[in-house]
Amino acid sequence: MTATDAPIAGQIPPDSRCCDPGEVPALSIDGISHSYGARRALVDISFTVAPASFTALLGLNAAGKSTLFSLVTRLFGIQAGRIGIFGHDIGLAPGEALRLLGVVFQPRTLDLDLSVMQNLLYHAALHGIDRREARLRAGEVLARIGLADRAGSKVRDLSGGQMRRLEIARALLHRPRLLLLDEATVGLDVKARADILGHVRRLVAEQDIGVLWATHLFDEIIPSDDLVVLHQGRVLARGPVARIIADTGAHDINASFKRLTETAESGNSSP
Amino acid sequence: MSSTIIKDQPTGFSLAQYVTCLNGIVWREGLRFLHQRERFVSALVRPLVWLFIFAAGFRQVLGISIIPPYETYIPYEVYIAPGLMAMIQLFNGMQSSLSMVYDREMGNMRTLLVSPLPRWYLLFCKLLAGTAVSLLQVYAFLLIAWFWEIEPPPLGYLTVLPALVLSGLMLGSLGMLISSGIKQLENFAGVMNFVIFPMFFASSALYPLWRVQEGSPMLYYVCLFNPFTHAVELIRFALYGQMNWVALAVVGGCTAAFMIGAVFAYDPSRGLSRRGPAGGET
Repeated sequence: MTATDAPIAGQIPPDSRCCDPGEVPALSIDGISHSYGARRALVDISFTVAPASFTALLGLNAAGKSTLFSLVTRLFGIQAGRIGIFGHDIGLAPGEALRLLGVVFQPRTLDLDLSVMQNLLYHAALHGIDRREARLRAGEVLARIGLADRAGSKVRDLSGGQMRRLEIARALLHRPRLLLLDEATVGLDVKARADILGHVRRLVAEQDIGVLWATHLFDEIIPSDDLVVLHQGRVLARGPVARIIADTGAHDINASFKRLTETAESGNSSP
Repeated sequence: MSSTIIKDQPTGFSLAQYVTCLNGIVWREGLRFLHQRERFVSALVRPLVWLFIFAAGFRQVLGISIIPPYETYIPYEVYIAPGLMAMIQLFNGMQSSLSMVYDREMGNMRTLLVSPLPRWYLLFCKLLAGTAVSLLQVYAFLLIAWFWEIEPPPLGYLTVLPALVLSGLMLGSLGMLISSGIKQLENFAGVMNFVIFPMFFASSALYPLWRVQEGSPMLYYVCLFNPFTHAVELIRFALYGQMNWVALAVVGGCTAAFMIGAVFAYDPSRGLSRRGPAGGET
Protein backbone atom coordinates (compact mmCIF):
# COMPACT_ATOMS: atom_id res chain seq x y z
CA MET A 1 0.00 0.00 0.00
CA THR A 2 1.13 3.52 -0.58
CA ALA A 3 0.29 6.72 1.15
CA THR A 4 -1.70 9.06 -0.95
CA ASP A 5 -0.66 12.48 -2.04
CA ALA A 6 -4.24 13.60 -2.28
CA PRO A 7 -5.90 14.85 0.88
CA ILE A 8 -9.45 14.09 -0.22
CA ALA A 9 -10.55 10.50 -0.15
CA GLY A 10 -12.79 10.56 -3.18
CA GLN A 11 -9.75 11.13 -5.36
CA ILE A 12 -7.91 8.03 -4.15
CA PRO A 13 -7.94 5.21 -6.66
CA PRO A 14 -8.82 1.74 -5.36
CA ASP A 15 -5.80 0.13 -3.76
CA SER A 16 -4.78 -3.09 -5.44
CA ARG A 17 -1.31 -3.51 -4.01
CA CYS A 18 -2.02 -4.90 -0.59
CA CYS A 19 -1.24 -8.50 -1.34
CA ASP A 20 1.12 -10.79 -3.15
CA PRO A 21 0.17 -11.78 -6.69
CA GLY A 22 -2.61 -14.36 -6.60
CA GLU A 23 -3.42 -13.59 -3.00
CA VAL A 24 -6.91 -12.50 -2.05
CA PRO A 25 -7.13 -9.59 0.42
CA ALA A 26 -8.50 -10.44 3.84
CA LEU A 27 -10.73 -7.40 3.53
CA SER A 28 -11.40 -5.27 0.50
CA ILE A 29 -13.44 -2.08 0.80
CA ASP A 30 -14.25 -0.71 -2.61
CA GLY A 31 -16.03 2.60 -3.17
CA ILE A 32 -18.18 2.42 -0.04
CA SER A 33 -20.45 5.38 0.69
CA HIS A 34 -23.12 5.54 3.38
CA SER A 35 -25.61 8.16 4.52
CA TYR A 36 -28.05 8.53 7.41
CA GLY A 37 -30.74 10.52 5.68
CA ALA A 38 -29.06 13.66 4.44
CA ARG A 39 -25.94 13.16 6.57
CA ARG A 40 -23.10 11.48 4.74
CA ALA A 41 -21.18 9.23 7.11
CA LEU A 42 -18.82 7.64 4.58
CA VAL A 43 -17.78 8.95 1.20
CA ASP A 44 -16.26 6.64 -1.42
CA ILE A 45 -14.07 4.64 0.95
CA SER A 46 -11.58 2.22 -0.58
CA PHE A 47 -8.77 0.25 1.03
CA THR A 48 -7.67 -3.31 1.64
CA VAL A 49 -6.33 -5.34 4.53
CA ALA A 50 -3.79 -8.01 3.67
CA PRO A 51 -3.98 -11.48 5.23
CA ALA A 52 -1.78 -11.89 8.32
CA SER A 53 -1.28 -8.15 8.67
CA PHE A 54 -2.12 -5.50 11.26
CA THR A 55 -3.92 -2.52 9.79
CA ALA A 56 -4.86 0.40 12.00
CA LEU A 57 -7.92 2.44 11.11
CA LEU A 58 -7.18 5.81 12.66
CA GLY A 59 -9.87 8.42 13.07
CA LEU A 60 -11.34 10.83 15.56
CA ASN A 61 -14.83 10.46 16.96
CA ALA A 62 -17.47 10.71 14.22
CA ALA A 63 -14.92 9.79 11.56
CA GLY A 64 -17.15 6.91 10.42
CA LYS A 65 -15.26 3.96 11.90
CA SER A 66 -18.27 2.31 13.56
CA THR A 67 -20.43 2.85 10.49
CA LEU A 68 -17.78 1.12 8.42
CA PHE A 69 -17.68 -1.76 10.89
CA SER A 70 -21.46 -2.06 10.76
CA LEU A 71 -21.27 -2.33 6.99
CA VAL A 72 -18.49 -4.92 7.03
CA THR A 73 -20.40 -7.03 9.56
CA ARG A 74 -23.65 -6.64 7.59
CA LEU A 75 -25.49 -4.95 10.42
CA PHE A 76 -26.17 -2.25 7.87
CA GLY A 77 -26.93 -2.79 4.22
CA ILE A 78 -24.51 -1.45 1.66
CA GLN A 79 -25.83 1.63 -0.14
CA ALA A 80 -22.95 2.06 -2.58
CA GLY A 81 -19.75 0.13 -3.21
CA ARG A 82 -18.64 -3.38 -2.41
CA ILE A 83 -17.08 -5.19 0.55
CA GLY A 84 -15.26 -8.48 0.21
CA ILE A 85 -13.90 -10.79 2.90
CA PHE A 86 -11.33 -13.13 1.38
CA GLY A 87 -13.09 -12.62 -1.91
CA HIS A 88 -16.60 -13.31 -0.61
CA ASP A 89 -18.94 -10.39 -1.26
CA ILE A 90 -20.68 -9.54 2.04
CA GLY A 91 -23.85 -8.59 0.17
CA LEU A 92 -24.01 -11.62 -2.10
CA ALA A 93 -22.52 -14.35 0.09
CA PRO A 94 -22.91 -13.12 3.67
CA GLY A 95 -22.68 -16.58 5.23
CA GLU A 96 -19.35 -17.40 3.60
CA ALA A 97 -17.98 -13.95 4.39
CA LEU A 98 -19.15 -13.81 8.02
CA ARG A 99 -17.80 -17.23 8.94
CA LEU A 100 -14.31 -15.92 8.12
CA LEU A 101 -14.80 -12.86 10.26
CA GLY A 102 -14.39 -12.25 13.99
CA VAL A 103 -15.59 -8.96 15.47
CA VAL A 104 -15.09 -7.03 18.68
CA PHE A 105 -17.52 -4.12 18.72
CA GLN A 106 -17.01 -0.85 20.51
CA PRO A 107 -19.82 -1.42 23.04
CA ARG A 108 -19.60 -4.55 25.14
CA THR A 109 -21.63 -7.35 23.63
CA LEU A 110 -21.23 -9.94 26.36
CA ASP A 111 -24.17 -11.24 28.34
CA LEU A 112 -23.35 -10.05 31.84
CA ASP A 113 -25.68 -12.49 33.58
CA LEU A 114 -24.16 -15.55 31.93
CA SER A 115 -20.85 -17.11 32.85
CA VAL A 116 -17.68 -16.80 30.82
CA MET A 117 -18.09 -20.33 29.48
CA GLN A 118 -21.79 -19.83 28.73
CA ASN A 119 -21.02 -16.75 26.67
CA LEU A 120 -18.49 -18.70 24.65
CA LEU A 121 -20.83 -21.66 24.15
CA TYR A 122 -23.59 -19.35 22.97
CA HIS A 123 -21.28 -17.77 20.42
CA ALA A 124 -20.15 -21.20 19.26
CA ALA A 125 -23.77 -22.29 18.80
CA LEU A 126 -24.43 -19.24 16.64
CA HIS A 127 -21.70 -20.53 14.34
CA GLY A 128 -23.09 -24.06 14.34
CA ILE A 129 -20.23 -25.50 16.42
CA ASP A 130 -21.47 -28.47 18.44
CA ARG A 131 -21.29 -28.44 22.22
CA ARG A 132 -18.38 -30.85 22.63
CA GLU A 133 -16.17 -29.09 20.11
CA ALA A 134 -17.22 -25.73 21.53
CA ARG A 135 -16.11 -26.73 25.02
CA LEU A 136 -12.73 -27.82 23.69
CA ARG A 137 -12.22 -24.60 21.80
CA ALA A 138 -13.47 -22.50 24.69
CA GLY A 139 -10.98 -24.18 27.01
CA GLU A 140 -8.19 -23.42 24.55
CA VAL A 141 -9.02 -19.76 24.05
CA LEU A 142 -9.59 -19.18 27.77
CA ALA A 143 -6.19 -20.69 28.56
CA ARG A 144 -4.62 -18.46 25.92
CA ILE A 145 -6.06 -15.28 27.41
CA GLY A 146 -5.39 -16.32 31.00
CA LEU A 147 -9.01 -16.74 32.02
CA ALA A 148 -9.15 -20.51 32.31
CA ASP A 149 -9.79 -20.28 36.03
CA ARG A 150 -12.69 -17.87 35.49
CA ALA A 151 -14.70 -20.10 33.14
CA GLY A 152 -17.51 -20.44 35.67
CA SER A 153 -17.51 -16.79 36.77
CA LYS A 154 -20.27 -14.46 35.76
CA VAL A 155 -19.09 -11.96 33.20
CA ARG A 156 -20.42 -9.22 35.45
CA ASP A 157 -17.65 -10.06 37.92
CA LEU A 158 -14.81 -9.58 35.43
CA SER A 159 -12.72 -6.42 35.12
CA GLY A 160 -12.99 -4.25 32.02
CA GLY A 161 -9.74 -5.62 30.64
CA GLN A 162 -10.81 -9.21 31.26
CA MET A 163 -14.10 -8.57 29.48
CA ARG A 164 -12.29 -7.23 26.45
CA ARG A 165 -9.95 -10.21 26.41
CA LEU A 166 -12.96 -12.46 26.65
CA GLU A 167 -14.60 -10.68 23.72
CA ILE A 168 -11.46 -11.20 21.67
CA ALA A 169 -11.36 -14.86 22.68
CA ARG A 170 -15.00 -15.19 21.72
CA ALA A 171 -14.36 -13.57 18.35
CA LEU A 172 -11.66 -16.18 17.71
CA LEU A 173 -13.73 -19.19 18.78
CA HIS A 174 -14.95 -20.03 15.28
CA ARG A 175 -11.38 -19.61 13.92
CA PRO A 176 -11.85 -16.59 11.68
CA ARG A 177 -9.15 -15.38 9.29
CA LEU A 178 -9.95 -11.71 9.74
CA LEU A 179 -10.49 -9.92 13.03
CA LEU A 180 -12.12 -6.50 13.34
CA LEU A 181 -11.72 -4.56 16.57
CA ASP A 182 -13.55 -1.29 17.04
CA GLU A 183 -11.94 0.88 19.72
CA ALA A 184 -11.23 -2.26 21.72
CA THR A 185 -9.17 -0.51 24.39
CA VAL A 186 -11.52 2.36 25.17
CA GLY A 187 -12.01 2.82 28.90
CA LEU A 188 -9.15 0.52 29.91
CA ASP A 189 -6.08 1.39 31.95
CA VAL A 190 -2.62 1.57 30.39
CA LYS A 191 -1.60 -1.94 31.34
CA ALA A 192 -4.83 -3.54 30.13
CA ARG A 193 -4.54 -1.62 26.86
CA ALA A 194 -0.97 -2.82 26.34
CA ASP A 195 -1.94 -6.41 27.16
CA ILE A 196 -4.79 -6.45 24.68
CA LEU A 197 -2.83 -4.78 21.92
CA GLY A 198 0.08 -7.17 22.48
CA HIS A 199 -2.29 -10.13 22.39
CA VAL A 200 -3.81 -9.03 19.08
CA ARG A 201 -0.39 -8.41 17.52
CA ARG A 202 0.64 -11.93 18.54
CA LEU A 203 -2.45 -13.29 16.77
CA VAL A 204 -1.19 -11.74 13.56
CA ALA A 205 2.29 -13.16 14.01
CA GLU A 206 1.39 -16.60 15.32
CA GLN A 207 -1.95 -17.40 13.72
CA ASP A 208 -1.76 -15.47 10.45
CA ILE A 209 -4.92 -13.57 11.23
CA GLY A 210 -5.55 -10.31 9.41
CA VAL A 211 -6.51 -7.53 11.82
CA LEU A 212 -8.29 -4.23 11.28
CA TRP A 213 -7.84 -2.22 14.47
CA ALA A 214 -9.98 0.92 14.69
CA THR A 215 -8.64 3.48 17.11
CA HIS A 216 -8.29 7.17 17.84
CA LEU A 217 -5.18 6.64 19.97
CA PHE A 218 -1.89 7.38 18.20
CA ASP A 219 0.22 5.43 20.67
CA GLU A 220 -1.44 2.19 19.59
CA ILE A 221 0.14 2.47 16.15
CA ILE A 222 3.72 1.45 15.39
CA PRO A 223 5.78 2.26 12.27
CA SER A 224 5.55 -1.25 10.81
CA ASP A 225 1.74 -1.20 10.78
CA ASP A 226 -0.40 -0.50 7.78
CA LEU A 227 -2.55 2.53 8.37
CA VAL A 228 -5.80 3.95 7.04
CA VAL A 229 -6.56 7.51 8.11
CA LEU A 230 -10.30 8.18 8.18
CA HIS A 231 -11.60 11.68 8.76
CA GLN A 232 -15.14 12.99 8.40
CA GLY A 233 -16.11 9.92 6.44
CA ARG A 234 -13.23 10.08 3.95
CA VAL A 235 -9.94 8.22 3.66
CA LEU A 236 -7.15 10.76 3.80
CA ALA A 237 -4.24 8.36 3.56
CA ARG A 238 -3.44 4.69 3.53
CA GLY A 239 -0.24 2.68 3.51
CA PRO A 240 2.62 1.78 5.83
CA VAL A 241 2.83 4.18 8.74
CA ALA A 242 6.44 5.12 8.03
CA ARG A 243 5.62 6.05 4.47
CA ILE A 244 2.61 8.17 5.45
CA ILE A 245 4.78 10.03 7.94
CA ALA A 246 7.44 10.58 5.29
CA ASP A 247 4.96 11.67 2.63
CA THR A 248 3.39 14.25 4.89
CA GLY A 249 6.81 15.59 5.94
CA ALA A 250 5.98 15.03 9.60
CA HIS A 251 8.16 13.55 12.33
CA ASP A 252 5.57 11.25 13.88
CA ILE A 253 2.08 9.89 13.24
CA ASN A 254 0.50 12.49 15.49
CA ALA A 255 1.89 15.37 13.45
CA SER A 256 1.20 13.53 10.23
CA PHE A 257 -2.46 13.04 11.17
CA LYS A 258 -2.74 16.71 12.09
CA ARG A 259 -1.39 17.81 8.73
CA LEU A 260 -3.65 15.48 6.81
CA THR A 261 -6.78 16.57 8.62
CA GLU A 262 -5.93 20.27 8.45
CA THR A 263 -5.32 19.98 4.73
CA ALA A 264 -8.60 18.15 4.26
CA GLU A 265 -10.56 20.65 6.31
CA SER A 266 -9.04 23.64 4.56
CA GLY A 267 -9.83 21.96 1.23
CA ASN A 268 -13.43 21.40 2.32
CA SER A 269 -13.90 24.94 3.58
CA SER A 270 -12.32 26.72 0.59
CA PRO A 271 -14.83 28.11 -1.91
CA MET B 1 -2.19 -16.90 3.36
CA SER B 2 -3.50 -17.35 -0.12
CA SER B 3 -6.85 -17.63 -1.76
CA THR B 4 -6.33 -21.39 -1.98
CA ILE B 5 -6.60 -21.72 1.77
CA ILE B 6 -9.88 -19.89 1.83
CA LYS B 7 -11.32 -22.11 -0.87
CA ASP B 8 -10.70 -25.00 1.53
CA GLN B 9 -13.24 -23.53 3.92
CA PRO B 10 -16.54 -25.41 4.03
CA THR B 11 -19.44 -23.74 2.30
CA GLY B 12 -23.05 -23.73 3.43
CA PHE B 13 -24.32 -25.18 6.69
CA SER B 14 -25.38 -28.69 7.61
CA LEU B 15 -28.68 -29.56 9.27
CA ALA B 16 -26.76 -30.36 12.45
CA GLN B 17 -25.35 -26.83 12.48
CA TYR B 18 -28.81 -25.34 12.15
CA VAL B 19 -30.01 -27.49 15.04
CA THR B 20 -26.98 -26.54 17.14
CA CYS B 21 -27.76 -22.89 16.53
CA LEU B 22 -31.41 -23.34 17.52
CA ASN B 23 -30.44 -25.23 20.67
CA GLY B 24 -27.94 -22.53 21.58
CA ILE B 25 -30.44 -19.70 21.23
CA VAL B 26 -33.18 -21.52 23.15
CA TRP B 27 -30.68 -22.52 25.84
CA ARG B 28 -29.46 -18.95 26.23
CA GLU B 29 -33.00 -17.56 26.41
CA GLY B 30 -33.88 -20.18 29.02
CA LEU B 31 -30.81 -19.33 31.09
CA ARG B 32 -31.60 -15.65 30.97
CA PHE B 33 -35.14 -16.37 32.07
CA LEU B 34 -33.99 -18.51 34.99
CA HIS B 35 -31.54 -15.83 36.05
CA GLN B 36 -34.30 -13.25 36.08
CA ARG B 37 -36.47 -14.81 38.78
CA GLU B 38 -38.42 -11.63 39.28
CA ARG B 39 -39.46 -11.84 35.61
CA PHE B 40 -40.84 -15.33 36.21
CA VAL B 41 -42.66 -14.26 39.36
CA SER B 42 -44.15 -11.16 37.77
CA ALA B 43 -45.20 -13.17 34.73
CA LEU B 44 -47.18 -15.41 37.07
CA VAL B 45 -48.46 -12.78 39.45
CA ARG B 46 -50.11 -10.76 36.67
CA PRO B 47 -52.62 -13.43 35.52
CA LEU B 48 -53.07 -14.73 39.05
CA VAL B 49 -54.15 -11.30 40.22
CA TRP B 50 -56.76 -11.31 37.46
CA LEU B 51 -57.83 -14.80 38.38
CA PHE B 52 -57.94 -14.43 42.16
CA ILE B 53 -59.16 -10.87 42.46
CA PHE B 54 -60.79 -9.68 39.27
CA ALA B 55 -62.59 -12.91 38.46
CA ALA B 56 -63.68 -13.45 42.05
CA GLY B 57 -65.16 -9.98 42.16
CA PHE B 58 -66.92 -10.21 38.83
CA ARG B 59 -68.19 -13.77 38.89
CA GLN B 60 -71.55 -12.67 40.21
CA VAL B 61 -71.90 -9.86 37.70
CA LEU B 62 -70.62 -11.60 34.59
CA GLY B 63 -72.50 -14.86 34.28
CA ILE B 64 -71.47 -17.01 31.32
CA SER B 65 -74.09 -18.87 29.31
CA ILE B 66 -73.34 -22.10 27.52
CA ILE B 67 -71.07 -21.30 24.58
CA PRO B 68 -68.68 -23.55 22.69
CA PRO B 69 -66.39 -25.19 23.60
CA TYR B 70 -68.08 -25.42 27.00
CA GLU B 71 -70.90 -27.92 27.34
CA THR B 72 -72.40 -26.53 30.50
CA TYR B 73 -72.53 -23.37 32.56
CA ILE B 74 -69.09 -22.43 33.80
CA PRO B 75 -67.78 -20.14 36.49
CA TYR B 76 -66.25 -16.90 35.28
CA GLU B 77 -62.78 -18.04 36.40
CA VAL B 78 -62.96 -20.94 34.00
CA TYR B 79 -63.98 -18.63 31.19
CA ILE B 80 -61.09 -16.19 31.58
CA ALA B 81 -58.39 -18.83 32.13
CA PRO B 82 -57.59 -19.18 28.37
CA GLY B 83 -57.55 -15.39 28.06
CA LEU B 84 -55.07 -15.20 30.90
CA MET B 85 -52.92 -17.87 29.27
CA ALA B 86 -52.87 -15.77 26.11
CA MET B 87 -52.16 -12.70 28.22
CA ILE B 88 -49.04 -14.39 29.58
CA GLN B 89 -47.92 -14.98 26.01
CA LEU B 90 -48.80 -11.44 24.97
CA PHE B 91 -46.70 -9.95 27.76
CA ASN B 92 -43.93 -12.44 27.12
CA GLY B 93 -43.88 -11.63 23.41
CA MET B 94 -43.65 -7.94 24.15
CA GLN B 95 -41.07 -8.52 26.86
CA SER B 96 -38.97 -10.46 24.37
CA SER B 97 -39.19 -7.51 22.05
CA LEU B 98 -38.15 -5.31 24.96
CA SER B 99 -35.13 -7.52 25.42
CA MET B 100 -34.32 -7.15 21.73
CA VAL B 101 -34.43 -3.38 22.02
CA TYR B 102 -32.24 -3.64 25.13
CA ASP B 103 -29.88 -6.05 23.38
CA ARG B 104 -29.65 -3.74 20.42
CA GLU B 105 -28.92 -0.73 22.59
CA MET B 106 -26.42 -2.62 24.70
CA GLY B 107 -24.88 -4.41 21.76
CA ASN B 108 -25.78 -8.03 22.59
CA MET B 109 -28.04 -8.25 19.57
CA ARG B 110 -25.04 -7.83 17.30
CA THR B 111 -23.66 -11.14 18.49
CA LEU B 112 -26.76 -12.76 17.06
CA LEU B 113 -26.93 -10.76 13.87
CA VAL B 114 -23.30 -11.28 12.80
CA SER B 115 -23.73 -15.04 12.90
CA PRO B 116 -23.09 -16.49 9.44
CA LEU B 117 -26.34 -18.43 9.46
CA PRO B 118 -29.25 -16.85 7.54
CA ARG B 119 -30.77 -13.96 9.39
CA TRP B 120 -34.35 -15.15 8.92
CA TYR B 121 -33.35 -18.38 10.63
CA LEU B 122 -31.70 -16.57 13.54
CA LEU B 123 -34.82 -14.50 14.10
CA PHE B 124 -37.02 -17.58 13.87
CA CYS B 125 -34.83 -19.30 16.49
CA LYS B 126 -35.17 -16.24 18.69
CA LEU B 127 -38.94 -16.43 18.30
CA LEU B 128 -39.03 -20.12 19.15
CA ALA B 129 -36.88 -19.46 22.21
CA GLY B 130 -39.27 -16.75 23.40
CA THR B 131 -42.22 -19.06 22.81
CA ALA B 132 -40.54 -21.85 24.80
CA VAL B 133 -40.14 -19.46 27.73
CA SER B 134 -43.80 -18.46 27.49
CA LEU B 135 -44.82 -22.14 27.60
CA LEU B 136 -43.03 -22.54 30.94
CA GLN B 137 -44.98 -19.60 32.29
CA VAL B 138 -48.32 -20.80 30.96
CA TYR B 139 -47.96 -24.29 32.37
CA ALA B 140 -46.87 -22.89 35.74
CA PHE B 141 -50.04 -20.77 35.66
CA LEU B 142 -52.18 -23.79 34.77
CA LEU B 143 -50.67 -25.70 37.66
CA ILE B 144 -51.62 -22.98 40.14
CA ALA B 145 -55.01 -22.48 38.49
CA TRP B 146 -55.78 -26.17 38.99
CA PHE B 147 -55.88 -25.54 42.73
CA TRP B 148 -58.42 -22.79 41.98
CA GLU B 149 -60.70 -25.39 40.46
CA ILE B 150 -59.83 -24.61 36.88
CA GLU B 151 -59.62 -28.17 35.72
CA PRO B 152 -59.70 -28.71 31.97
CA PRO B 153 -59.76 -32.34 30.78
CA PRO B 154 -56.38 -33.99 31.40
CA LEU B 155 -55.85 -34.44 27.66
CA GLY B 156 -56.43 -30.70 27.25
CA TYR B 157 -53.05 -29.97 28.79
CA LEU B 158 -51.54 -31.77 25.83
CA THR B 159 -53.89 -30.63 23.05
CA VAL B 160 -53.41 -27.00 24.03
CA LEU B 161 -49.65 -27.21 23.45
CA PRO B 162 -49.69 -26.73 19.63
CA ALA B 163 -52.14 -23.84 20.05
CA LEU B 164 -49.84 -22.23 22.59
CA VAL B 165 -46.84 -22.66 20.30
CA LEU B 166 -48.68 -21.02 17.41
CA SER B 167 -50.09 -18.17 19.45
CA GLY B 168 -46.70 -17.69 21.13
CA LEU B 169 -45.08 -17.42 17.71
CA MET B 170 -47.70 -14.94 16.54
CA LEU B 171 -47.37 -12.68 19.56
CA GLY B 172 -43.58 -13.02 19.59
CA SER B 173 -43.26 -12.11 15.92
CA LEU B 174 -45.58 -9.15 16.49
CA GLY B 175 -43.28 -8.06 19.32
CA MET B 176 -40.26 -8.53 17.08
CA LEU B 177 -41.86 -6.47 14.35
CA ILE B 178 -42.63 -3.71 16.82
CA SER B 179 -39.13 -3.84 18.33
CA SER B 180 -37.60 -3.22 14.91
CA GLY B 181 -39.31 0.16 14.86
CA ILE B 182 -38.45 1.19 18.41
CA LYS B 183 -35.39 3.39 18.53
CA GLN B 184 -34.94 3.59 22.28
CA LEU B 185 -35.79 1.49 25.27
CA GLU B 186 -37.85 4.30 26.80
CA ASN B 187 -40.31 4.14 23.91
CA PHE B 188 -41.42 0.73 25.06
CA ALA B 189 -43.88 2.35 27.48
CA GLY B 190 -45.81 3.35 24.37
CA VAL B 191 -46.06 -0.29 23.38
CA MET B 192 -47.79 -1.00 26.66
CA ASN B 193 -50.36 1.70 26.09
CA PHE B 194 -50.87 1.34 22.36
CA VAL B 195 -50.45 -2.41 21.81
CA ILE B 196 -50.74 -4.58 24.91
CA PHE B 197 -53.69 -2.98 26.66
CA PRO B 198 -55.86 -2.40 23.56
CA MET B 199 -55.15 -5.92 22.31
CA PHE B 200 -56.02 -7.48 25.63
CA PHE B 201 -59.13 -5.50 26.48
CA ALA B 202 -60.56 -5.44 22.95
CA SER B 203 -60.70 -9.21 22.79
CA SER B 204 -62.66 -12.17 24.06
CA ALA B 205 -60.18 -12.71 26.90
CA LEU B 206 -62.41 -11.20 29.59
CA TYR B 207 -65.89 -11.29 28.06
CA PRO B 208 -67.57 -13.44 25.43
CA LEU B 209 -68.02 -11.62 22.14
CA TRP B 210 -71.83 -11.87 22.23
CA ARG B 211 -71.74 -9.82 25.42
CA VAL B 212 -69.48 -7.26 23.78
CA GLN B 213 -71.85 -7.11 20.83
CA GLU B 214 -74.75 -6.37 23.13
CA GLY B 215 -72.85 -3.53 24.75
CA SER B 216 -71.13 -2.01 21.73
CA PRO B 217 -71.47 -3.32 18.16
CA MET B 218 -68.48 -1.26 17.07
CA LEU B 219 -66.25 -2.73 19.79
CA TYR B 220 -67.49 -6.14 18.74
CA TYR B 221 -66.05 -5.64 15.26
CA VAL B 222 -62.81 -4.31 16.73
CA CYS B 223 -62.58 -7.48 18.82
CA LEU B 224 -63.37 -9.58 15.79
CA PHE B 225 -60.49 -8.09 13.82
CA ASN B 226 -58.10 -8.30 16.76
CA PRO B 227 -55.75 -11.27 16.20
CA PHE B 228 -55.41 -11.64 19.96
CA THR B 229 -59.11 -12.60 20.12
CA HIS B 230 -58.39 -15.50 17.80
CA ALA B 231 -55.33 -16.53 19.80
CA VAL B 232 -57.54 -16.67 22.89
CA GLU B 233 -60.20 -18.70 21.10
CA LEU B 234 -57.65 -21.05 19.62
CA ILE B 235 -56.28 -21.72 23.10
CA ARG B 236 -59.76 -21.97 24.62
CA PHE B 237 -60.94 -24.62 22.15
CA ALA B 238 -57.64 -26.54 22.22
CA LEU B 239 -57.72 -26.66 26.02
CA TYR B 240 -60.96 -28.64 25.70
CA GLY B 241 -59.66 -30.86 22.92
CA GLN B 242 -61.50 -29.02 20.14
CA MET B 243 -60.44 -27.02 17.13
CA ASN B 244 -61.60 -23.54 16.16
CA TRP B 245 -60.71 -23.46 12.48
CA VAL B 246 -61.31 -19.77 11.98
CA ALA B 247 -59.05 -18.95 14.90
CA LEU B 248 -56.42 -21.32 13.56
CA ALA B 249 -56.52 -19.69 10.13
CA VAL B 250 -56.31 -16.16 11.54
CA VAL B 251 -53.53 -16.96 14.01
CA GLY B 252 -51.60 -18.92 11.38
CA GLY B 253 -51.98 -16.15 8.82
CA CYS B 254 -51.03 -13.41 11.26
CA THR B 255 -48.01 -15.42 12.42
CA ALA B 256 -46.77 -15.69 8.85
CA ALA B 257 -47.44 -12.02 8.12
CA PHE B 258 -45.80 -10.72 11.31
CA MET B 259 -42.83 -13.02 10.86
CA ILE B 260 -42.25 -11.92 7.28
CA GLY B 261 -42.57 -8.32 8.42
CA ALA B 262 -40.04 -8.84 11.22
CA VAL B 263 -37.51 -10.52 8.92
CA PHE B 264 -38.02 -7.71 6.44
CA ALA B 265 -37.57 -5.08 9.16
CA TYR B 266 -34.37 -6.69 10.44
CA ASP B 267 -32.95 -6.96 6.94
CA PRO B 268 -29.75 -4.88 7.00
CA SER B 269 -30.53 -3.25 3.69
CA ARG B 270 -33.87 -1.97 4.97
CA GLY B 271 -34.57 -1.46 8.64
CA LEU B 272 -31.53 -1.20 10.85
CA SER B 273 -29.19 1.02 8.87
CA ARG B 274 -31.51 3.98 8.93
CA ARG B 275 -30.86 4.56 12.60
CA GLY B 276 -27.10 4.92 12.62
CA PRO B 277 -24.71 3.43 15.16
CA ALA B 278 -25.64 3.17 18.81
CA GLY B 279 -24.98 6.13 21.06
CA GLY B 280 -21.33 6.86 21.57
CA GLU B 281 -20.21 5.04 18.47
CA THR B 282 -18.95 6.80 15.43
